Amino acid sequence: MSTEQMYATFYVEDIFFGVNALMVQEVLRSQPMTPVPLAPPEVTGLINLRGQIVTALDMRRRLHLPERDASKPPTNVVVYTDDGPVSLLVDEIGDVLVLNGDDMEPLPETVDRVQRDLVVGVHKLDRQLMLVIDLDKTVRPTPVG
Amino acid sequence: MEDMDEVVQEFLVESRENLDRLDREFVELENDPTSRPLLASIFRTIHTIKGTAGFLGFDKLQSVTHVGENLLSLLRDGSLGVTSERTSTLLRMVDAIRAMLDLISDHGTDGDEPYLELIEELTAHCQGAGKRGSAYAEAAAPVVPVVEALADHEPAVVPLSADPVVAEPDPAPVAPEAPVAEATPVVPVTEPASVAPRADADHPKANEHAGEHVRSGGGDTSIRVDVKLLDQLMNLVGELVLARNQILQFAGQQEDPALAATSQQLNLITTELQEGVMKTRMQPIGSVWSKFPRVVRDLAVSCGKKVRIEMEGEETELDRTILEAIKDPLTHVVRNSVDHGIEEPQRRLEAGKPAEGTLRLRAYHDGGQVVIEISDDGGGVNCDKVRRKAIDRGIITQQQAAKMTEREVAHLIFEPGFSTAEKVSNISGRGVGMDVVKTNVEKIGGSVDVQSVQGRGMTLTVKIPLTLAIIPALIVSVHGHRYAIPQVNLVELIRVERTETSRGIEFVGDAPVFRLRGRLLPIVWLAEILGLPAERETAAQNVVVIQADDRQFGLVVDRISDTEEIVVKPLGPHFKGIEAFAGTTIMGDGTVALILDVLGIARQGALVSEERHRRGSEDEAVHERRDRESQTVLVCMAAGQRVAIPLALVSRLEEFPRNMIEKAAGKEVVQYRGRLLQLVSLASFLGLYADHGYSDGHERALQVLVYNENDRAFGLVVDEIVDVMDADFSAVEHSDRPGVPFSAVIGRRVTYLVDVDTLIRSTIDGQMAMSSF
Repeated sequence: MSTEQMYATFYVEDIFFGVNALMVQEVLRSQPMTPVPLAPPEVTGLINLRGQIVTALDMRRRLHLPERDASKPPTNVVVYTDDGPVSLLVDEIGDVLVLNGDDMEPLPETVDRVQRDLVVGVHKLDRQLMLVIDLDKTVRPTPVG
Repeated sequence: MEDMDEVVQEFLVESRENLDRLDREFVELENDPTSRPLLASIFRTIHTIKGTAGFLGFDKLQSVTHVGENLLSLLRDGSLGVTSERTSTLLRMVDAIRAMLDLISDHGTDGDEPYLELIEELTAHCQGAGKRGSAYAEAAAPVVPVVEALADHEPAVVPLSADPVVAEPDPAPVAPEAPVAEATPVVPVTEPASVAPRADADHPKANEHAGEHVRSGGGDTSIRVDVKLLDQLMNLVGELVLARNQILQFAGQQEDPALAATSQQLNLITTELQEGVMKTRMQPIGSVWSKFPRVVRDLAVSCGKKVRIEMEGEETELDRTILEAIKDPLTHVVRNSVDHGIEEPQRRLEAGKPAEGTLRLRAYHDGGQVVIEISDDGGGVNCDKVRRKAIDRGIITQQQAAKMTEREVAHLIFEPGFSTAEKVSNISGRGVGMDVVKTNVEKIGGSVDVQSVQGRGMTLTVKIPLTLAIIPALIVSVHGHRYAIPQVNLVELIRVERTETSRGIEFVGDAPVFRLRGRLLPIVWLAEILGLPAERETAAQNVVVIQADDRQFGLVVDRISDTEEIVVKPLGPHFKGIEAFAGTTIMGDGTVALILDVLGIARQGALVSEERHRRGSEDEAVHERRDRESQTVLVCMAAGQRVAIPLALVSRLEEFPRNMIEKAAGKEVVQYRGRLLQLVSLASFLGLYADHGYSDGHERALQVLVYNENDRAFGLVVDEIVDVMDADFSAVEHSDRPGVPFSAVIGRRVTYLVDVDTLIRSTIDGQMAMSSF
């Protein structure tokens, strides 16, 4: 019996990522953002999601990738966490894929340490690889200061 | 199974509530050992718990309550008298029941602890009844110790114990209304005056309460609601308030009368709904206080003291989140008062006070705030002891201590790491005390003050906001982003402009200050606090004067907008450790704004200045040794000479236009704060030629340092105020100039240290030629 898993997918700097689709609350186009001075660099700011205040994390900064082109507004992938919803800012949203969870392989050791920390494994798709994001680790706050 | 859980839950909630009441009733019972309504109510509570525990299969709980019930029924029937020993045992039983309830709520069982000792003790008390004589004798005899304690108040307790009502059996212990009705002819619960005049005079509230519980069984006008649901409702109302704000803003832009009318309607309803929902979260402060009689009793017994607790305003309501937040601080204060404040009976008698100390709790509303006063008639703050302790602990220096007023000394108890308890007791005196109380109260936007009269007692006043969820706030902006400052922290708004007459923001060393009515107000740029570039050089600055703790500071912002009711929302975990923000809110246009934490900003500001201080000291070799000899001085120029005056001696810095100078009795004075301020030229005093700016061609205003001695004030006129610095007085050289006994190198330059005492003395003696300014 294979373990079917649904993934919500997105692109960050042309890398194809997937997260457990059941953890995704919604996907939104770019939202007005209130920056928070003194916050850690990956925290882009706060958005008002129907009266709920949601912290937005820039996935490029979180994954130590180059900065996003300012002319291309990011997409919000709002995910559930223990401390309420958090929005992940990604370049572009992809399809929802249903894959066999058993097919996932560990990430090669040669990948950047930060990226390897936040990725649980790789799915080999026909045309590309999909890195599966470890949501818990990704949204965990890095110490301020 | 689901149903069973619900039954257990209900049992837990109900029992806990009843137990809280029991604590209070037991303490009341000690004051009024023959009160049958009290005994009946206590008996009923235990009986109910026993019954339900048996039904739910909690055997241990049942066996403990069973013996307890036996003892209580004997007490109620009057076959046994209430003694403090018996009360203690029964209170221990209450604790045991509580512990078992906790186990049930955590693990679903009442645990393995059989409480054999407790059961034995309870049984032993019961057996006492059989061996001893008649019910009357038994009832009267043990009461005596209690009566002795209260002898000066109430000699009438003994005869009362023989009152027929005691012996009268109570046939209907479970019916809530019955005892009241039955007892009315002899013991009207709501008017206990006829039975115990003392109790009535001293505990009017307490008795009212006793009456309330007995009545409480009757009404069904209230229902139990899960707190979570209320919180959820409050959140929704918060959302609604925001949506309302947005609609109002939108409606304001349209010219549609129907829309305007509807949105107005929406506005009113929302406001009313908000008030209504907020009311549902309100709880009387009595729900926290109800634990105190027991706490005080236990503590007083263990310290060998006699303490009576009085409460006023228990019905004062507070938002439950706030209530939750002040519970521990208040308990701590109460414990502190009993442990440190109220003296032993012997010492009280020696001091001419009644042996029994009084602890008074008072709560009332005052202008959108709730004021809670905790006062005792104990020894008050021992100023000498506090001073000594504070010096020992390095909190203040000897010189500072000498200058502090009694009030300032009393406030030292709020300093971290301060405790005056001679011996560390298990109650308090571990050095974590009042400072924690202060921080906790401030965390919820409150303040703490203390008034103390040595030997007579002290009063601690806690002021807290009614609610935390929706607060009025001032909206300011920096770099195009809006920030909210809670209204409670605001003092005033000022616009500082640099003009001919005003200097605007000045710098004392590196530290920006503004002269606000003669006082130096430290200035902080919000942008700098937030790590953004600040424009320090603009001609006009908007300054928000803020009260943080016991000091004020000016916060410079780009723009000051309006005040608004904002809904406070917490900041997520990514922002832990950022001191500058207290939370977030959503503005009328839907954007998110951050709420500033003024205490955090003040702390951050102080940190900056500390660092600056350290840097400064490294620069200057003289400052390397910062010991007791070092002192903060105000460096100024007088006739081209650098002079220094201890900063502590200068109460204010003032500027007076020259035309304000008047002559009175051959002295030059200015009218200052309704009094005459005599001016003394520092230059003339030093025997130097006083210029004071005449050579500049125009008349500059006089720079005056106001010096207070006893009730006289003098104005020392100087040319210019240079800086505030730390001077090392161990490296001074004697000088031969009169009035300046020493010179020192301060800030790399030779500076004369002014002997202000001699200066003032010679001024008073009139020895000094007062030259013109």
